[in-house]
Amino acid sequence: MRFSALRILKEGLTGNKGWSAHWRDPDPKDEYDVVIVGGGGHGLSTAFYLAKEHGVINVAVLERGYIGGGNVGRNTTIVRANYGLPGNSEFYSHSLKLWEQLEGELNYNVMHSQRGIINLFHSDGQRDAFARRGNAMVNQGDDAILMNRDQVRDMIPYLNFDSLRFPIYGGLYHPRGGTARHDAVAWGFARGADQRGVDLIQNCEVTGINIENGKVRGVETSRGTIRAKKIALATAGRSSQTAAMAGMRLPIESHVLQAFVTEGIKPVIDHVISFGMGHFYISQSDKGGLVFGGDIDFYASYASRGNLPMMEHVMEAGMSLMPMIGKAKVLRSWGGIMDMSPDGSPIIDKTDIDGLYLNCGWCYGGFKAVPGSGFSYAHLIATDRHHEPAARFRLDRFQTGYGLMDEEATGSQHNLH
Amino acid sequence: MRIPCPICGERDRREFYYQGDALALHRPDPDAGDAAWNDYIHNRDNPAGVIRDLWHHEAGCSHWLVVTRNTVTHEVLGAELACKVKGEQG
Repeated sequence: MRFSALRILKEGLTGNKGWSAHWRDPDPKDEYDVVIVGGGGHGLSTAFYLAKEHGVINVAVLERGYIGGGNVGRNTTIVRANYGLPGNSEFYSHSLKLWEQLEGELNYNVMHSQRGIINLFHSDGQRDAFARRGNAMVNQGDDAILMNRDQVRDMIPYLNFDSLRFPIYGGLYHPRGGTARHDAVAWGFARGADQRGVDLIQNCEVTGINIENGKVRGVETSRGTIRAKKIALATAGRSSQTAAMAGMRLPIESHVLQAFVTEGIKPVIDHVISFGMGHFYISQSDKGGLVFGGDIDFYASYASRGNLPMMEHVMEAGMSLMPMIGKAKVLRSWGGIMDMSPDGSPIIDKTDIDGLYLNCGWCYGGFKAVPGSGFSYAHLIATDRHHEPAARFRLDRFQTGYGLMDEEATGSQHNLH
Repeated sequence: MRIPCPICGERDRREFYYQGDALALHRPDPDAGDAAWNDYIHNRDNPAGVIRDLWHHEAGCSHWLVVTRNTVTHEVLGAELACKVKGEQG
C-alpha cells in the first residue's frame, strides 16, 4: 500500500475502508541471518537499511513490548546536527541528510519540520564557545548562523532579553534543525522494513543469547529459540541487561531524563529554543502542546519517571527565559531511560564475540541519530567494516583513552555528563 | 527521594552529590593493568533493581554514604557511612 494525496482523497470519499495494517504480525521463524534485539527507532532503522542498502532481508526484529512503545516514543523529538567534535560531527551531519530525504524514502509522513534551532547564549565567554561550535558545524558542511541580540529579538521577541541575571547576548541559529513526529518515525521504519521482507516480532522478549566457542548461535526468547548467524543489540536504555546475557559489562550507566508537555495552545513558539544558563529547551508540537525538558536527574535509574528537584529546575529555567508560558498548564511529565556513556558519545561496534554487534550509549541524543545509527549499524553488520561517519564510535576507546569524544569537555567519567 | 543519612537523619536528595556505583570503594592497585582499571573507571553492572551507590552529603555532614536503593522504584532501602563500609572491607 502506497500513500499519496490521491489515495487519501479516494479513501476520504469512500469511508476510509481501504487502509490496511502497516506491517505484518508474523510468528518467528526457526532461523534468521540477522536477529536485531530491540524494536525501537535504532533497531527498526537498522533493519530497514540492512534490507534497502545491503539486500539482507532474512532479518527479524525482536521487540519485548510493541513497536514504538519504548524510548522512541518518550523523547522530545528534536532533530539536529550541531555537534563540534570530529567523530560526532560527521555522524550527525550524515544522519541529518538522511532525515531530509526520509519521507520520500519511506513513503511515510514523519512530519519532519526544519523549523530551526536557536541555542541562546548569555555571556561573552559563551558567545565565543558558540562561535567555535558554529564554525565546526559550517566546516562540516552544515548550517550555523551566529546571531546577535537584536537579530534574536527580531526572530523571537517574547523572550526575557533583559533579565538582570541572565540577559540574552545572542544565539546560535541552526536553520536545518527542527523536530519530527517520533511515533511516525518508528512506524515509517517499521513499515519500510516489513515491506522489504523483515519480520517484526512483537511481544518477544529475549531472555538469553546462545554462544558456542566464541560465536553466536541464536537467542532464547519468550516465543522460543531462534537461531541466528548474527545478533545485533539495539536496546539503549536496557543495554547493560542485554549485553550481560552475552557475559559483557558495558561502560554504561542508566539515568532518567524527564520531559513535559502542556495543554494544546495556539501556535506561539515557531522554533526549538534552548536556554544557555539553565537546563531548559522547548518546542511546540503540531497538536499545540509545549514540549520541553531539561537535564538528567543525575542518579542511576530505570524508573521512567523522575523526581521533583529537576522538575523544579526546568520550570524555573523556563519561567526565567520566557515568562509568557507561565499560564499554560502542564498536562503530563514522564521519564526516558538514557544509556549514559562515560564521554557522552555513543557506541556502534563489533564485540569480542563473533557475530555479536553492539549499538548503545546514545545518552540523551538518540532520536536525531535514528536514521544515521541504523544506516551505519547496518553497514557494520552486513560488511563487518565500520561505516566511515560512525567509525569513531568504538567500544575500546575507554580502555585505550584514544578517540574519546567528550563534547562537553567535562571529562570521561560516568557522573559528569 | 529522601536519603537516611546516618549522621543527619532523613534528608532531601538535593543535599547530596551523586558519584555512582559504590564500586568506587574498590580501587585497583596502581599496577593492576589496563583491563582492571577500565573495569573500575568505566564498566558497570548497572543493575535494574537493587544498587549500592555512593552519595556525598555535600550540604549536610559532608560524609560519603553507601546508599542501598532500587533503581526501578526509587525506593531507598538504607544508607551507611562509606568509611565504615570501607573499614569493614579492610
